[in-house]
Amino acid sequence: MSTLKKINNFVELRQLREQLKKNYQESLSNEIKIIVGMGTCGIAAGANDVMKAIIDELQRRNINATVMQTGCIGMCAQEPIVEIIRPGEKRVTYGRISPADAKRLIEEHVLQGRIVEDLVVATFEEGHPDETNFYKQQRLVLRNCGHIDPEKIEDYIARDGYMALARVLEQMTPEEVIEEIKASGLRGRGGAGFLTGLKWSFAAKAPGDKKYVICNADEGDPGAFMDRSIMEGDPHSVLEGMLIGAYAIGADEGYIYVRAEYPLAIKRLRTALAQAEEMGLIGKNILGTDFSFTLHIKEGAGAFVCGEETALIASIEGKRGMPRPRPPFPATSGLWGKPTNINNVETWANVPIIIRNGAEWYASIGTETSKGTKVFALTGKVKNTGLVEVPMGITLREIIFDIGGGILKDKKFKAVQIGGPSGGCLPEEKLDLPVDYESLTRAGAIMGSGGLVVMDQNTCMVDVAKFFLNFTRAESCGKCTPCREGIQRMREILQNICKGKGTLEDLDRLETLANTIKDTALCGLGQTAPNPVLTTLRYFREEYEAHIRDKRCPAGICQDLLTYFIQPELCRGCTACVRVCPVGAISGEVRKPHVIDPEKCIKCGSCKETCRFSAIAVK
Amino acid sequence: MCTCNNQSLPYEGDSRLTELLEEYKGQKGALIPLLQKTQSIFGYLPEPALRRIAESLKLPLSQVYGVATFYSQFRLKPQGRHVIKVCQGTACHVRGASRILDRLQRELNIKPGETTEDLRFTIEPVACLGACGLAPVMMVDDEAHGRLTPDVIPKILAKYA
Repeated sequence: MSTLKKINNFVELRQLREQLKKNYQESLSNEIKIIVGMGTCGIAAGANDVMKAIIDELQRRNINATVMQTGCIGMCAQEPIVEIIRPGEKRVTYGRISPADAKRLIEEHVLQGRIVEDLVVATFEEGHPDETNFYKQQRLVLRNCGHIDPEKIEDYIARDGYMALARVLEQMTPEEVIEEIKASGLRGRGGAGFLTGLKWSFAAKAPGDKKYVICNADEGDPGAFMDRSIMEGDPHSVLEGMLIGAYAIGADEGYIYVRAEYPLAIKRLRTALAQAEEMGLIGKNILGTDFSFTLHIKEGAGAFVCGEETALIASIEGKRGMPRPRPPFPATSGLWGKPTNINNVETWANVPIIIRNGAEWYASIGTETSKGTKVFALTGKVKNTGLVEVPMGITLREIIFDIGGGILKDKKFKAVQIGGPSGGCLPEEKLDLPVDYESLTRAGAIMGSGGLVVMDQNTCMVDVAKFFLNFTRAESCGKCTPCREGIQRMREILQNICKGKGTLEDLDRLETLANTIKDTALCGLGQTAPNPVLTTLRYFREEYEAHIRDKRCPAGICQDLLTYFIQPELCRGCTACVRVCPVGAISGEVRKPHVIDPEKCIKCGSCKETCRFSAIAVK
Repeated sequence: MCTCNNQSLPYEGDSRLTELLEEYKGQKGALIPLLQKTQSIFGYLPEPALRRIAESLKLPLSQVYGVATFYSQFRLKPQGRHVIKVCQGTACHVRGASRILDRLQRELNIKPGETTEDLRFTIEPVACLGACGLAPVMMVDDEAHGRLTPDVIPKILAKYA
């Protein structure tokens, strides 16, 4: 990597930005760019091999082109993704690229200038708004993800990075910064949706000479990965947000608490931090002002409860991550007993955008009470899985069907789980709900971190409720009784129902327990843990009743209630199922109908998936 | 604190641990990073190492043990050369993660959380790896594998000696 020069003042920063912008424009008209998506999703889908194939092929053919990596482009379903920009031409995005496809792209597109139509996902005019706002999205937080090399601070600065910091240090008092954030209406993107500006003002007003800012990057909700993608794809935006927050509340030290399950995010944050320090954007007397700030990156050690702010603080202090009662709130007594302000990754990443474009502009996006955009992780049984950023107030239907492309294999939509283990499952009739904090809470779910797990007709809602209780039971820190014992009891009731041993009274018992835990648990995690059960009871009660009354799982998931059998009239005796059955439960002569021995069958479903004649049924 | 039990610790002379303890001496909040780095040296947290950490940080051993057992990252037993983290997140769950875990268990003949006799693999179910767009997912060491089906498991395992 090139050595970075220290930036001493605002003028030097602006000069550098102009220079980098010019370099970028020039490179667009001079060289062929090949961009490979190297976020965790891309790598999991094989991007490393694709990258290697591209570099090898370019070398072998002696072609001059710039190959760069970028973070998450957001279209996980299309990974690995390769983008090609030829001088003066459109940016072409290719999806599901294998190493062999990569060679084809080089032969046909790079060399001959012919777009390989059958692999194209999208094409964009470079610099055109559509480039970042495809479909119904409005990409503010994700504006750089997929466009910059996250390991190069120059790329960030060329796209106006650290300009918000410069503006704040040069032109605004800490009070003005807080007023600006208040006026923008920004609310916490991690859980309860508290007003960010108001939260900052508490820590700013708290007496004390030493204050801290913390970035909660312990993204523990299963099904949410926007924070990982921001850290992997645009780490400097988080640093810049924290710098601005630190200046506003008067903190000179900060921590990013990032979960250990995200090794790539940790690596890129460390790289970003080292670069910012080298350039003097973090450290003593930043940009020649009196403002100094040091930042540490702390790796979490694997505990979901550390997403709760008091537990997170305990963990940074080296203790078991257990929440404590509030007040005192961290704003008055947080890390090491000092005033502390905690926001999550996405919240911090919103801050530079607000400062650069102004609170008024930001507040014009979204609804009355929920401003700006929200990043959602769209996963489960939906066609276009990925990260989408949309203005608040859009409907769930638009996200799932217009952006998400609808349900996988065109099956029937059943529910969408929103907000992780603290959220709820919403049915079809709630799809036209505008996505904002209040509407979701009224429907029994929460915005949470923004995980949207789509479920189809083959998902059992009782099983989903049980799944979440398994999770919260395992992750309960054990400090308070309602959570530690109550969730265990709820889980036992659900296990019985899934085995066909439930009674209708169990449903009342579940509700009573759930409401008691909601009212009495110590922290937000315990109080919201019953939500998945309460919402499934509210919207899918008949499915619970089918398990209890008819001893039947309508979705065909709960194994104890299922029997696999072969329909003789459909079976051709191809023996495919015999070969996949892991326990040798299927027998029969070739080209004659086979049978499953129910004694041996472990109900794994392998045969059903393998059968090309749909001869295997479940009852 | 009690020092009656540390006369002939096997890790007494381990210079790597000594260096680590020296590096973190007197630092606030050092316990968790120390445990993390100790685990990356030994692959797990041997009891004598926990005792030395407690002594060095002037903490009761009970507190060190409490922290080591609270977080899922820490192991008190030796682990395999390769750790297979199998995602049990919501998106993976609805896309068949339990069948991936089943297949791994059958291939390796161990249960979740256990290590093969030859110390080659440890299976570790985890809450969510955050690669939900490619569900179901698992991670072997630091390498993520996505869009899994039970059939591809043997091929992936073969890559790790």
